Amino acid sequence: MSTEEEKGIHSRAEEFLQVFKKGAEFTHELMKENERLRFRVLELEEAQREGGLEEHAEEEKKKLLKRISELEAEKEEILGRIRKVEAENQDFAVRYVEIEHENNNLANLYIASYQLHSTLDFKEVLQIIIEIIINLIGGEEFGIMLLDEKANELQAVATEGIAREDVPPVKIGIGIIGQVAKTGENYFVEDVHSYVPDLQNPMVCIPLKIKEHVIGVLVIYKLLVQKISFAELDYELFTLLAGHAATAVFSSRLYSDSERKLTTIQGFLDLLTK
Amino acid sequence: MSEYKVLIVEDSPTMRQLISFALKRLRGIRIVEASDGVDGLKKLAAEKFDLILTDINMPIMDGLKLVSLLRNDANYKGTPIVVITTEGAQEDRERALALGANDYITKPIQSNRILDITRNLLNIT
Repeated sequence: MSTEEEKGIHSRAEEFLQVFKKGAEFTHELMKENERLRFRVLELEEAQREGGLEEHAEEEKKKLLKRISELEAEKEEILGRIRKVEAENQDFAVRYVEIEHENNNLANLYIASYQLHSTLDFKEVLQIIIEIIINLIGGEEFGIMLLDEKANELQAVATEGIAREDVPPVKIGIGIIGQVAKTGENYFVEDVHSYVPDLQNPMVCIPLKIKEHVIGVLVIYKLLVQKISFAELDYELFTLLAGHAATAVFSSRLYSDSERKLTTIQGFLDLLTK
Repeated sequence: MSEYKVLIVEDSPTMRQLISFALKRLRGIRIVEASDGVDGLKKLAAEKFDLILTDINMPIMDGLKLVSLLRNDANYKGTPIVVITTEGAQEDRERALALGANDYITKPIQSNRILDITRNLLNIT
C-alpha cells in the first residue's frame, strides 16, 4: 500500500472517529434530554394526579358536609323527639302522682264512708266519727254536738281532747255554732295559725245534715301539732261527714230508740201474757 | 313471687282499715291486724312477720312498750318496725327511734308515705 493510500485511510478513519464522537455526543445529549423530558412527564403526571386528588377531595368534602348537615338535622329531630318524650314522661310522672294522690283520697273517703255505715250502734257511730276526725283530718280537740229539738239547743254527745261537760250547750242561731246549725253552712276560721281555742268560737264548725235538715254539728277546736293547715281532702271529708255522719247518727239513734221501745213493749207484753 | 307478712297493731278499726287498704296496693303483701300491744305479741308469737306497723297510744299495751319488747326478742331484733301515731312532737319521734323503731309516721294518715317506707324496708321495687 502506498503512502498516499495510507494517508487517505487514516484521514477517513479520523473522519469516521469524528463522526462517531459527534454521534456519541449527540446520543448523550439525546439521553439527557430524554431524561429531562421523562422527569418533566413525571412532574406533570404528579401534578395532574394531585390536581385530580384535590378535585376528588373537594367532592368528598362536599359529600361529607352534606352528610354532616343531614346528620345534624337528624340529630336535631331526635333531640326534639327526646325532649318531647321527656316532657311527656315528666307529665306522666306528675299525672301519676296526682292520680296516686287522688286514689289515696278516694280510698280514704271510701273507708270513712264504709265505716260510718258499718254499724247501727249509736255509740259506735260516734266513735267512728271521732276516729275519722283524728286519723283522716288530724283533729286533736273536737266535739260532736246534736240537736235537742225540745230544748232547741245543741248539746255535746262525744268529745276528744276536751271534757264533754266543758262544752256548753248552744241555742240555735246564737253564736258561730248556733248560726251554723241554723244556716247549714260550713264554718272555717280565716287564719288557722292565729286561732286561739275558744269553746264558743270553734276553728271549724260543720253541720250534720240530712238533706237540708240539720241534726247536729261537728266542732273542731285544735288540730294535731303536725297538722299545719287543711288539705283539699279535708274539705271533701267535711262534706262527706256532713252527709254520711248525719245519716249514720240519725239511723243509729232511731235504731237505738226503736230497740228500746221494742224492749219496753216486749216487757209489757210479757207482763200481760204471764 | 315472695310473700311479705305485715302486722298492723292499731286500736282504731278505721285506722287499721286505712293502713290495710293502702298496703294492699303492693303485690305480695299479707296483712294481719292486732288491736293492741298484747294482741300484737300474740300474733307475733304465732307466726313470723317481715314488717310491723304500730300505733303508740293503745289500751293494755302501748306501741313503745311493744317496740322495746321486740327489740329485746331475738326473733324480732332485726324486723323493721314503723310507728304510726298522732304524737307529732320531736321528742316522741326520737324516743321511738331510740327504742329501735325504723321509722316514724304521724297522723293523719299519709298513705303514700306508708307505701314508700314499706317498699323501702321490704325492698319492694
